[in-house]
Amino acid sequence: MTTTPLPRSLQADSSPQSRPDSLGRFGKFGGKYVPETLMPALFELEAAYQQYRNEPDFQQELQGLLRDYVGRPSPLYFAERLTEHYARPDGTGVQIYLKREDLNHTGAHKINNALAQALLAKRMGKQRIIAETGAGQHGVATATVCARFGLKCIIYMGVHDMERQSLNVFRMRLMGAEVCPVASGTGTLKDACSEAIRDWVTNVETTHYILGSVAGPHPYPMMVRDFHAVIGQETRVQAYEKWGGLPDILLACVGGGSNAIGLFHEFIDEPTVRLIGVEAAGHGVETEKHAATLTKGRVGVLHGAMSYLLQDEDGQVIEPHSVSAGLDYPGVGPEHSFLMELGRAEYYAVTDQQALDAFQQLSQLEGIIPALETAHAIAYLDTLCPQLTGSPRLVINCSGRGDKDVLTVSKILNP
Amino acid sequence: MTSVSQCFEHLRDHARCALIPFITAGDPDLETTAEALRVLDRSGADLIELGVPYSDPLADGPVIQAAATRALERGTRLDDVLKMVKQVAPTLRSPLILFTYYNPMINRGIEQFLQDIAAAGIKGLVVPDLPLEESDSLLKPAAARGIEVILLVAPTSPPERIAAIAHQSQGFIYLVSTTGVTGVRTQIQARVKDLIVDLRNVTDKPIGVGFGISQPEHARQVMEWGSDAVIVGSAFVKRLAEGTPAEGLKSIEEFCKSLKASISPE
Repeated sequence: MTTTPLPRSLQADSSPQSRPDSLGRFGKFGGKYVPETLMPALFELEAAYQQYRNEPDFQQELQGLLRDYVGRPSPLYFAERLTEHYARPDGTGVQIYLKREDLNHTGAHKINNALAQALLAKRMGKQRIIAETGAGQHGVATATVCARFGLKCIIYMGVHDMERQSLNVFRMRLMGAEVCPVASGTGTLKDACSEAIRDWVTNVETTHYILGSVAGPHPYPMMVRDFHAVIGQETRVQAYEKWGGLPDILLACVGGGSNAIGLFHEFIDEPTVRLIGVEAAGHGVETEKHAATLTKGRVGVLHGAMSYLLQDEDGQVIEPHSVSAGLDYPGVGPEHSFLMELGRAEYYAVTDQQALDAFQQLSQLEGIIPALETAHAIAYLDTLCPQLTGSPRLVINCSGRGDKDVLTVSKILNP
Repeated sequence: MTSVSQCFEHLRDHARCALIPFITAGDPDLETTAEALRVLDRSGADLIELGVPYSDPLADGPVIQAAATRALERGTRLDDVLKMVKQVAPTLRSPLILFTYYNPMINRGIEQFLQDIAAAGIKGLVVPDLPLEESDSLLKPAAARGIEVILLVAPTSPPERIAAIAHQSQGFIYLVSTTGVTGVRTQIQARVKDLIVDLRNVTDKPIGVGFGISQPEHARQVMEWGSDAVIVGSAFVKRLAEGTPAEGLKSIEEFCKSLKASISPE
């Protein structure tokens, strides 16, 4: 296998460990575009993170909980029948593995970050936790860790999302969280995020905001990435155990982009590993109803970070659309914008219909019901597999399980 | 036309505290906004802050959020706002300060944006989601076009930041009176008094206090604590939106006069 030299920008001085820079920049992306009231809190958070990230006591507690409470490491599973489905007539073809984040406690990757941030909040002496949620997975993960540590928990959720993810609303309330409906805008993730930031501006001195994606102002994109980097780190070890090498292709869905970055981060400096993110094309990227930020957006600022953004001619943020509540976001994490402009990662989009087909396909071929978000990554196999030669090893981040989506999908399939 | 700084110099010479009303452009429509600017100008405003409606106003509470949403639903565009300003600004005594979030600015390009608002007659700029660290790219080009960029200090800002912000801010320093978003509140936090003292110790620039000021008694209190200006937003936006445009205009006229009276020498 030939190795291409690393792009200069990915060499030592800007290794993943040193990205972002001290101002929170990934190239021109990232930064801190927030009201002054929050700036001291962001500095405090960054200082706390830098202090505790390598502290043995913090790491010991985190690693112990990731093992015994979350259930890590999550398996790297060879999807035999899915692989057969995409095999060529001669039997060769892509070898498909699933990184089973859906088997984590609470059913998605989101718990990795929520748990670590809760430990951080505890050490910072913050007893009140707020979070935004779209699909409800991050809200459930946050409610879970707040119950575990006895922290007061308030979750902001769009009214539209509360309806389509009612099961998760119940789960959050069951664990003692207060779920605050957000009716402004279209009542989806972006509005919930704005409302969480408004709460934080108001209660910043007592409150920690557990932001759920690699979006938002610095240090969130860096910190959330680092807390999810365990996904890729385990994948490297498991790949080595299974076939003694690296994966060839990594595939993950991208809304804000946390599960994708979690898988990619470990391999960004491995030039032979192809990184592919899949966005939500909704009704199609040529329509006005999609959430394909990197595919169709322009550079802008939303929720504290400069990144690609779905916006109109006047710079007003456009309401996105996706069948999947977790991908229904007009922005994207700044590091994804950086990786795309650098050419290090590729981003494509699949429609609601393609995702719904993949949702059923994985259920039927593997007995695994994926989250609708995850189904977007799986759906891209239809496009990708015919383009590949040989038998590359492909790892899909199976970022969440689809129990939360069965009601939505059953309504669509049996109207 | 008078700059923000010149306006404050004049007020200082007369030992007067400035009144700065805020309204959202395009709510209920731009004709009413134009008339509201004239009404405020002749009812005691010394400077006027005009909010550009934005889809995701992070620093704003429910009143201004709702006004922005209504304005955008009516199809209010930045170019229309600036066209209206260009007609009205020359007839006003008060310098106009534009309040806008950062994304509409970078969407147009900073240089182009500054050129367009300067051409319309805007004198000052407040960008609530652009903190000190990110403001370098804006301050110089704005100054070159005669636009003063007013930076914000918050109750959470530590002393060294307060000094740095005060040093960079142009026109005046916008002191946010509360940890929170814009909106009507029943009282002004006592720590504003200390913050004014802290600011006064590091700068000679004028200080304007805003966020949460909704009654003549608040305005008077803030003036007595040593503020050079009081900024009142949601309370104006709410009054202007109630009833017909004519009723709203009448209501803000009376309110503006009562605020002015509360901060005028007896």
